[in-house]
Amino acid sequence: MFAYQAPPVLSVSVLARYLKELLETDDLLHNVWVQGEISGCRTYASGHCYFTLKDAEAQLPCVFFKHARQRSAAPQLRDGMAIAANGSISLYERDGKLQLYVESVELIGEGALFLRFEQLKARLSAEGLFEPERKRPIPEQPAVVGLVTSPDGAALRDMLRVLRTRYPLVQVILSPTLVQGSEAPAAIVAAIDRLNEHGEADVIIVARGGGSIEELWAFNEEVVARAIARSRIPVISGVGHETDFTIADFVADYRASTPTAAATKAVPDIADLQAELDEKQQVLTAILDEKLERLKERLERATYDLQRASPKNVLNQRRQQLDDLTEMLHTRISHLLSLRAERLRGQALRLHSLSPLLTIARGYAVVRRESDQAVITGPQQVQPGEQLTIQVRDGSIPVQVRPSHHSTVPEE
Amino acid sequence: MESLSFEEAFEQLEAAVSALQDGQMPLEEALRHYEEGMKLAHYCNELLQQAELRVQQLSVDDNGVLIVRPFELS
Repeated sequence: MFAYQAPPVLSVSVLARYLKELLETDDLLHNVWVQGEISGCRTYASGHCYFTLKDAEAQLPCVFFKHARQRSAAPQLRDGMAIAANGSISLYERDGKLQLYVESVELIGEGALFLRFEQLKARLSAEGLFEPERKRPIPEQPAVVGLVTSPDGAALRDMLRVLRTRYPLVQVILSPTLVQGSEAPAAIVAAIDRLNEHGEADVIIVARGGGSIEELWAFNEEVVARAIARSRIPVISGVGHETDFTIADFVADYRASTPTAAATKAVPDIADLQAELDEKQQVLTAILDEKLERLKERLERATYDLQRASPKNVLNQRRQQLDDLTEMLHTRISHLLSLRAERLRGQALRLHSLSPLLTIARGYAVVRRESDQAVITGPQQVQPGEQLTIQVRDGSIPVQVRPSHHSTVPEE
Repeated sequence: MESLSFEEAFEQLEAAVSALQDGQMPLEEALRHYEEGMKLAHYCNELLQQAELRVQQLSVDDNGVLIVRPFELS
């Protein structure tokens, strides 16, 4: 028989300490890498960062203390990032929570790609590959457009549609290539080089339709960037959607947001060209018209000058001068005559105002002796029976002096 | 003129316009440039109306020689 021995009853804190020791002395858990996606990421004012690492079936709380983050130069963590975290597993006794105490993290997948993208971009930028001075102008009217893209992709269809509609004059040379997967970078490089070797394209479009960052990744490879940089033919990039930026975009001479936009940039619009042609014809006609107008003016002026210098004109001029002189003479004479007439009239008026006839006109009379027409002003001047004439306004009256007139006062 | 590409004809048209803009040109020469320019403009217009997109594909054979052949969308 054996005696029943009751199991020991432990306090929570004793058990917690026991578990903690167990976890911290385990070789694997002491220094472990765990891969998963970040969620519920919070960074407190203390600088400590808390998040949950999870995959499809499980999750693990994590703590990333400030000193560990600084020591490992960790990137900024965000929800959704895929990372591999290195650290040790232990128990947070207060909450009875098992968690990973993170020492360092590494981005994997999208996060890692992003980091590589930033590093390559910084390096090529430092090398001067993105400098605006390096950008070559895109020809306005290319005769030949080279396309570096997949022969089966929607991007090719989109670009051909745009080219056909906008500028069917252009000749297209497709340099087919893979646009995703591990062999894509080398294929894209070969396709760009091939177009340069062929040498007829005036501009090259490097394009791929939209996709995930992994699918677009080939356009972020250094070899592709360098192939674009060394291309003698100007390169337009049109990779992904409006929001996607690839290294190829930075190196290209022109970055279009999509394959469609790249094709639009590469060629002029036939409607614009037609308008420009019309305008050129109008300009030609206008210039010629103006030229003819100027010539006509000069001709008119020359004709005028010629007429002025002709002998007939000189004769006419003399005739005119003669006319003018004659006219002047007439004017002078008539002026002088009227001046004289005026003076005469003035004298006549004065004469008239002094005339005795004016006095007679007011009812006075003048008496004259008939025999000598002497004016009689007193009775002693006349003899009785003498003939006199009384001149009044409207004529003269003959009278005879009476015999007894010798008094100064008339007899009554 | 029949052998000119659109771009060449367009370039010559632009040249005719700027030549005509030179005021000192004798009339006879100006008329010649004008007629030439109008012909070029008509020719360009015709090319635009008749144009059809031509697509070729570039590839290399086993000896590394470039081959250009017509391309048909599958």
